[in-house]
Amino acid sequence: MIPAAFEYAAPDSIDEAIALLERNDDAKLLAGGHSLLPLMKLRLAAPSLLVDLRRVPGLDGIQEENGEIRIGGMVTHAAIERSDLLAQRIPLLPSVAATIGDVQVRNRGTIGGSLAHADPAADFPAAALALDAQLVARGAKGERVVPAADFFVDLLTTALDPSEVLTEVRVPVPSAGSGSAYAKFPNPASHYAIVGVAARVDMQDGRVQDARVAVTGATEAAYLSPAAAARLQGSTGDAAAISEAAGLAAEGREMLDDLSASASYRAHLVAVQTRRALAEAVAATG
Amino acid sequence: MTTQERPPKLIGEPIKRREDPRLITGQGSYVDDLQPLGTLHLVIVRSPYAHARVTGIDVSAARNAPGVVAVLTPDDVQQSTEPVPVAAQLEGMHMPLRHALTGGVVKFVGEPVVAIVAEDRYLAADAAELVEVEYEELPAVIDPEQALEGGPLVHDDLGTNLCVVSPIGDAEAAARAVEGAEVVIKQRLMNQRLIPNPIEPRAVLAHYEPGPGTLTVWSSTQIPHLLKTLLSACARVPEQLVRVVAPDVGGGFGCKLNVYPEEILAALASRRLERPVKFVETRQENYVATIHGRDLIGHVELGAKRDGTIVGYRIKIIADIGAYQHLLTAAIPTLTALMLQGVYKIPALSGEIVEVFTNKTPTDAYRGAGRPEATYYLERCMDLLAAELGMDPVELRRKNFIGASEFPFDTQTGLVYDSGDYEAALDKALAIVDYDDFRKEQTRLQEEGRYLGVGFSTYVEICGVGPSSALPAGGWEAGTVRVERTGKVTVLTGVSPHGQGEETSFAQIAAERLGVGIEDVTVIHGDTAQVSAGIGTFGSRSLAVGGTALVMSLDKIEAKAKRFAAHAMEVQADDLEFEAGQVYVKDAPEKTISLPEIATLAYNAVDLPPDTEPGLEATSYYEPGNFTFPFGTHVAVVEVDTESGVIDLQRFISVDDCGNIINPLIVEGQIHGGLAQGIAQALYEEAVYDANGQLLSGSLMDYAVPRADQLPSFELATTVTPTGVNPLGAKGVGEAGTIGSTPAIVNAVVDALSPLGVQHIEMMLRPERVLDAIQTAKGGAR
Repeated sequence: MIPAAFEYAAPDSIDEAIALLERNDDAKLLAGGHSLLPLMKLRLAAPSLLVDLRRVPGLDGIQEENGEIRIGGMVTHAAIERSDLLAQRIPLLPSVAATIGDVQVRNRGTIGGSLAHADPAADFPAAALALDAQLVARGAKGERVVPAADFFVDLLTTALDPSEVLTEVRVPVPSAGSGSAYAKFPNPASHYAIVGVAARVDMQDGRVQDARVAVTGATEAAYLSPAAAARLQGSTGDAAAISEAAGLAAEGREMLDDLSASASYRAHLVAVQTRRALAEAVAATG
Repeated sequence: MTTQERPPKLIGEPIKRREDPRLITGQGSYVDDLQPLGTLHLVIVRSPYAHARVTGIDVSAARNAPGVVAVLTPDDVQQSTEPVPVAAQLEGMHMPLRHALTGGVVKFVGEPVVAIVAEDRYLAADAAELVEVEYEELPAVIDPEQALEGGPLVHDDLGTNLCVVSPIGDAEAAARAVEGAEVVIKQRLMNQRLIPNPIEPRAVLAHYEPGPGTLTVWSSTQIPHLLKTLLSACARVPEQLVRVVAPDVGGGFGCKLNVYPEEILAALASRRLERPVKFVETRQENYVATIHGRDLIGHVELGAKRDGTIVGYRIKIIADIGAYQHLLTAAIPTLTALMLQGVYKIPALSGEIVEVFTNKTPTDAYRGAGRPEATYYLERCMDLLAAELGMDPVELRRKNFIGASEFPFDTQTGLVYDSGDYEAALDKALAIVDYDDFRKEQTRLQEEGRYLGVGFSTYVEICGVGPSSALPAGGWEAGTVRVERTGKVTVLTGVSPHGQGEETSFAQIAAERLGVGIEDVTVIHGDTAQVSAGIGTFGSRSLAVGGTALVMSLDKIEAKAKRFAAHAMEVQADDLEFEAGQVYVKDAPEKTISLPEIATLAYNAVDLPPDTEPGLEATSYYEPGNFTFPFGTHVAVVEVDTESGVIDLQRFISVDDCGNIINPLIVEGQIHGGLAQGIAQALYEEAVYDANGQLLSGSLMDYAVPRADQLPSFELATTVTPTGVNPLGAKGVGEAGTIGSTPAIVNAVVDALSPLGVQHIEMMLRPERVLDAIQTAKGGAR
């Protein structure tokens, strides 16, 4: 609860932030701090430099452009929860944001911070996967766009280079006839997801044209289940198809096994929560 | 007296707590808010192992680190201080003592080994990382049953892990009754280990001043006066030169009813360095280094006739007390023993309480302290018996209740229950829950595949602690009332509230009796330099015991005020009546004299009545003649999601009888907090160790202290059965919510799942455990 000494910088531009990261090997970005600061207070992390992104301009907007919504990396969970634009265009995001932590956490925590930290039990990774989000990474060599499906590599590990900043999350606006839902099974202590399933279903002419099932909390990194999605495709989104798809969502994955849930219970929960998320998503296509 | 000036009634009114505005606007003053000039900061290096031999300690780098003023090591501390005090001593008990720092063999994770004192907290923490302690890890014993069966020894020199065995009741009679019963219930029931988690962790600031030779200690404690005496001995400072202050204290729940190594270390360091030394516990330390609660395995046997009449009850309890005794550790399970009989007529009863050492954090008093365990065992038994007999659990309880006309009632455990009307509380609860309708609805929903359940707990507890014969350092309480020259009133009490609201409730009593506004009464507590004597706040005793000392002093003030009035009015004191701050002549009520007028007479002392000293102040010590025994009925309504195992607690009804009520708002608040903790034992809280003795549930991220949104809106009601033990007729309410609620939840969950064949689920009721119980009952795996 008493962190080691560290330097602190709050640069005014993204280039300056990147330069600071380049120059300091063990520097860490501060983008809300709700994961990093507790680790520092427990002395499980001891970066020599914190680079605070709060003064960097242009990271806090939510706007629609070319059929996608662009969300700045420093947009807080609370801003997402309260965004009218998102409520209208991508309602999954506000509903996921509303399940994170508590009001204080949501007022400080940011979507960029959450995705880049890649806590295995965080909620936004499931949403980013289900919505096929494109993540914009800015580094010294310029900007690149990484699909969410390629972003979450391993435990607390993403496709970002250490000196890259996640500046923006671009989410395609789902077509008419698309429905989504997030079914979260929270840890009663931390309120992180023991299992969280984000589902998106695109219906056309009464048939599932496309589906995405994204699972967080169950494994070392959030993942998409192509098998569950495939089972649903072409079906009418009926209960039997949903149930079978749900049964496939944990397939081939090594579940976490810890105090909050055994591996077998997590696998069971993945099926239960997938079924609930898919049923709700199908209902929302209505 | 003229009635138009009669001040408003205060006793029994829901007056908002006077302490809250400062506490909720950041104007409270906790230990960590105090920063005397030159304050040094103390940080502890703790054992990372549950059991290990310390083979080397190198503090040279730490000693040379920036800002470090002193480093305390075990050898040094063992020569300079007395061991951490243990007050509860049972017959035949092993009592291995430890010093504030341990050098030889460490016996639980978190045990203090080295202390760093530095100019600030950060530098102290940095230096602590430079301390090199070499350990040779030893096998640890974590499971208390294994500890009894020849596991590794916690204390080598004892040759056993058995601390003490205490019998209660008539074992032969209970054996005969149970073995000869028509129906016998046998069950192993776990009452799991809990972590108290006050919002403010422990904190102490010790300030030794070499000139006067005084040691002032600000501590987040429930027992400033006891701490003063005990700490003076431990730190070897003459008791009369020690002052202890409990400033605002952010919760205790029993865990601050203790003397801790850090208090001894801060006192020692301040004495040596002649500067203030502060220790503030981190939350992480709080999880391992502050006492834990409960951790009792009960093997219960309840015998009954086929018609439901209980004939005998016996229990063997294995209490895992951790690595050492703390102040009252060994006594806590004996409170379970005392309360085994609960609210029922049980003709034969016995218990055997086995206390066992393991390599875990020591246990001690935690809200309810022994009574939640007793209630849990008996109330689970009642539901198991009801299921076995096919009887309604409510009717089974009613059949065995001690009747309202049977008080005072002698229990098989040697207690005398003061007063009670158990059926009245039950009937009130049944009416609120609408029991008959619920059963119909339950059956209907079950046909839809939904599993609802209702669970009852009819409890009695023991509080108003207590007669001095039952406590190691006295059970009395002291209270002073001083009417100042101005007619304003100062109340000084030996109880030490840390959330119980006595700044309000005691002011209500004094203001009403003396006829002053509540704003004209100042309640002072928690400072041994201001309050001459006291025991402290624990065991739901503040009002029943401390409040009575206050009432006794108010009586004395009245008597003395009458003497001044009689002298001034030239009548006999016996002809006067004292009412609400006015003294008037019985036969001529228009002749009055007011309290401020009397105060002027008393302090100016120009014309004193015969044999009367100046001043208007009285101090009383109250020694209770008995404990008090609050009771009630708690009812839980749950729905269980049989797919995930999640329990939805839909309703919680709490009907409590704590005797006469001074402030119903405070009573409700105490019940709310108690229910939250008691419900959390059933649903959310469980201290879990791994096989090596590491606490897995060692943070607020892993151990769920419930939030408001994890609890329903409680439905509260009261019945009022005053006690004759004290003149207030008040019994106490601080722990009742915790004591009654836990078994109601478990009973409700088992009731919900009984159609699936579930008979029992061990706490805490993790969804995974619930699902496993369902699957096991169905005879299959998940």
